[in-house]
Amino acid sequence: MVDDLYQEIILDHSKRPRNCRHMADANCAAEGHNPLCGDQLTLYLRMEDDRVADASFQGSGCAISTAAASLMTETLKGASREQALVLMERLHQMLTTDTPVRNDLGKLVVFCGVREYPARVKCATLAWHTLKSALSNSVEPVTTE
Amino acid sequence: MSTATSTVSARFDVEKVRADFPALHQRIHGQPLVYLDSAATAQKPLCVIQAIRRFYESDCANIHRGVHELSQRSTALYEAVRVKAQRFLNASHAEEIIFVRGATEGINLVAGTWGRKNLKEGDEIIVSALEHHSNLVPWQMLCEEKGARVLAIPIDDRGDLILEEYEKLLSPQTRLVAVSHVSNALGTINPIETVIAMAHRAGALALVDGAQAAPHVHVDVQALDADFYVFSGHKVLGPTGVGVLYGKSKLLAAMPPYHGGGDMIRKVTLEKTTYADPPHRFEAGTPNISGGIGLGAALDYIAAIGIEEIAAQEHDLLVYGTETLQTVPGLRIVGTARQKAAVLSFVLDGIHPHDIGTLLDRMGIAVRTGHHCAQPVMTRFGIPATTRASLAFYNTLAELDALAEGLKEVRERFS
Repeated sequence: MVDDLYQEIILDHSKRPRNCRHMADANCAAEGHNPLCGDQLTLYLRMEDDRVADASFQGSGCAISTAAASLMTETLKGASREQALVLMERLHQMLTTDTPVRNDLGKLVVFCGVREYPARVKCATLAWHTLKSALSNSVEPVTTE
Repeated sequence: MSTATSTVSARFDVEKVRADFPALHQRIHGQPLVYLDSAATAQKPLCVIQAIRRFYESDCANIHRGVHELSQRSTALYEAVRVKAQRFLNASHAEEIIFVRGATEGINLVAGTWGRKNLKEGDEIIVSALEHHSNLVPWQMLCEEKGARVLAIPIDDRGDLILEEYEKLLSPQTRLVAVSHVSNALGTINPIETVIAMAHRAGALALVDGAQAAPHVHVDVQALDADFYVFSGHKVLGPTGVGVLYGKSKLLAAMPPYHGGGDMIRKVTLEKTTYADPPHRFEAGTPNISGGIGLGAALDYIAAIGIEEIAAQEHDLLVYGTETLQTVPGLRIVGTARQKAAVLSFVLDGIHPHDIGTLLDRMGIAVRTGHHCAQPVMTRFGIPATTRASLAFYNTLAELDALAEGLKEVRERFS
């Protein structure tokens, strides 16, 4: 049952996170913080013509939040600002409601197990909240509290 | 079989005790519950649950000033708890026991009354680097308001207070030393008698946060010479929402009220009010009557077992748990103080405590993960969080084995 939460792809991305690096030429960045578990991350974006040309992150967190940041940065590359926000909305819906899981979430569908663990939803959404903040160029660190 | 095993079984009939705790006998995710989160809140014995139920079934009325039978009964039941709490802490007078919502409110009460009245610009309050946020934030708020400063006694790598550094912090500006008796995050039992004596030598008062000590060690506020001592009911097997602030009579007598309202007055006119004597001066409004009565039942239960017996049993569990956890590869215990309560805080190489907590939960094992409301402690050890197994006398050696086995499984999954 717990395998639904820690799917192989999540374990893989938590152990070997993709795009886990500083980005010197980022033109959008934001910090995210989950006070409950102490997770924190910095998200870097390089936006070109309102599209995500590159995305990376640094930080420390649990397997779920690390995998979420890793998979998010992979998924975002090439996406428009609009598409990124739509994706965030769909993911949020999957994690917080009982609606059937959509088939347009790509790899992000691996997080569907998280909704059975309400205490862990914040872990899966920290990177996305930070994305929203980065896209609005907010300078304040965001928190999931 | 270890020596710990034989001493535990010789001294203590844990199965008999466990029979008193209904919540322990259930399955979680199909597995028998292993409850290792008593530092967050203790499970409740049946006698506590029954006392609360009995109150609502047959004695329910508001306390004080009622002339009818039920009000007299509820008043007598409630005020009897004050005497039980007095005995529990070995206070000189029942009037030195003030009912509050919990340790947090007790500390805020002292900050808001004694602190507001007595603290001046340039004064200093000393806490320790071990404190729960509840014994840090109220003092920061007070000091910000008054232009005073909070200083912290540092801890060493074991999680012990560095008393030489404490000595250096004490000065004529020190008004109060507010330190925990036992650390919630690491389990350190502080040399609180020494801490208090040093505060007094410097002319300061001493407040002790006893939230983690009251359930596990014998407390004697007169022997300690504590000026204030607080604890929470729910950590001593009682219900949530009730706790105790002890204060020395002469200090309480000079303190202004906390909340204004009913029950805390002597005489009220539209122009002016004079206030009741302690403890009622600090107890405005209808209190948590059923909670207080439940707390009384919990203190009776502890007295019947004996706090020394409880402490000895928990010490054996701690020794066994410390040995057993060290068989888990990559596990490091955080907090190895010379004197420790039965708290096992640890990190596991490369695996975040939150993931550990979720996986253990699926095996029926309840632990706490995170910073335990003691972020400065985590900062001191350079870690974001720990996993904490906190024990009580109703835990068993088999449960500690289950924890160690569970952690080995967690490691395998993440390897």
